[in-house]
Amino acid sequence: MIRQELLLDFTSRFHADILDLEDKSNTRVYVNITPESIVRIGTYLFRNIGARFNIATATDLPPKIEILYHFIVEDINLLISLRVFLDREKPEIESLAKDIEAFNWIEREMSELLGITFIGHPDPRRLLLADNWPEGVYPLRQDYEEWDETADRTRGV
Amino acid sequence: MGKTIIPIGPYHPLQEEPEFFTLTVEGETVVDIDMRMGYNHRGIEKLSEMKTFENSTFVVERICGICSTSHPFAYTRAVEDIFPMEVSMRAKYIRTIIAEGERIHSHLLWLGLAGHFLGYNTVYMWAWKLREEILDVMEILSGNRQAYAMFKPGGVRRDIRSEDIPICLKKIDSIVPTLVMLKKAVLDDPVLHARLKGVGIMSYQEAIDFSALGPTSRASGVARDVRKDSPYGAYQEMEWDMIVTKNGDVFDKAVVRILESFESIKILKYCLNNLPDGEIDAKIMDVPPGEGIGHIEAPRGETFHYVKSDGTNRPLRHKVRAPTFMNLPTYKATIQGETISDATIILAAIDPCYCCTERIAVKDGKGRMLYNGKDLIQLSREKTEKIKKRMGGR
Repeated sequence: MIRQELLLDFTSRFHADILDLEDKSNTRVYVNITPESIVRIGTYLFRNIGARFNIATATDLPPKIEILYHFIVEDINLLISLRVFLDREKPEIESLAKDIEAFNWIEREMSELLGITFIGHPDPRRLLLADNWPEGVYPLRQDYEEWDETADRTRGV
Repeated sequence: MGKTIIPIGPYHPLQEEPEFFTLTVEGETVVDIDMRMGYNHRGIEKLSEMKTFENSTFVVERICGICSTSHPFAYTRAVEDIFPMEVSMRAKYIRTIIAEGERIHSHLLWLGLAGHFLGYNTVYMWAWKLREEILDVMEILSGNRQAYAMFKPGGVRRDIRSEDIPICLKKIDSIVPTLVMLKKAVLDDPVLHARLKGVGIMSYQEAIDFSALGPTSRASGVARDVRKDSPYGAYQEMEWDMIVTKNGDVFDKAVVRILESFESIKILKYCLNNLPDGEIDAKIMDVPPGEGIGHIEAPRGETFHYVKSDGTNRPLRHKVRAPTFMNLPTYKATIQGETISDATIILAAIDPCYCCTERIAVKDGKGRMLYNGKDLIQLSREKTEKIKKRMGGR
């Protein structure tokens, strides 16, 4: 399948869920979709198109939290990034890790670093943060403040 | 951890990086595995937000001590993708030379350690001796054995002097006969065949489901390599083969890495022989607002960087995804049903850090500790000895 066909098929199949499509360059496409459709579209890309899941990246952009799910279709060298915006007060989205193993760790990571709830995640434990890290403190939020009075952060910063 | 908690950063498989595995066993058989990590969480993603675009290159170079170039390579490509822009041909060649030299020494390091775990210390000594030669080449080219600091957004920081090239070529040629011998010693050894074949198999479908990367997935028949699929650097300039095998066991992972080293030598020699003239640095001044993605094939698989810029001189968000982040969870598929004596080599087969093997604890059903890392390596070696004896005391 060539690039134009794939994008045409993709946009017509999910036209109700796609809010905006940015054709940035030959190898990069950013698609803004509704959060409700992420499992449908993500699974379609992964299972039907045969795209490999690169990773997801979440960014805190008050008043929203943005998640980008990066998929690469290697046959045509096209990186498709699905963009969803979540409400920063109550960031919740359906988990893709239920069906696809590759999403497991990154959803755990985003959940502890930005406080996003992945509904239906099979193993919602912490991945990286220490045991004495307080609940509800998310280090990648823009308004993150130092909570540990004993921490020494003077070196190298 | 205690008091020096650093809030956030990439997880990366350094050598000697701590991770904690818990294997649940029934008799000799592993029935479940759980892993904990984050002990080496340094907060590099957060740190990068406080550095300028150029300074972040040096921060990401320190994520990993083995593939120290793969992160700056992916990061600089991510920054260049914001524009988007291409660097000069000479800069591309120099980047490729550094990246391939690193791949050779990384694969040799893995081969040596794999031999060490199996009780083949001769392999270990030979592989690390060859690795020294490559590190010498890297020192001639960049001035350093590790952390070459050659990369910057828009090009490379230092040029390669033309008088150094013949010296490097001679050194590279000198290791080829020994590498061929090592390849034969490993791949034609009946004991290693008996020891490693059919151990820790990952099927094609599992490799797809876990989105496994690099040699780990290529050993399972997934013919994917960022260097071929999304060409970057100078990789499309010359002929080279992607090494793919189909069995997915530990032996095939070793085969992929050994044969890949020969391809890397081919690429390295071509680049040194055909280094084009030209500028090495595009001297970019301001990074416009926007976002960029850079992904490259590191020795262990695809390294992925995402950078978001808001028009200031610092990244608004910098996401680092090291290949082992995707490869590590495949343990779940490969280790269940295997014996404890195979656990170390299966865990080592994806080329993570080796400190992790020292951190494995084997528990019985009641939660008592049975073995520590040292015992496990010992068990692994004893199994090799048994196979050797069975095959006629070789």
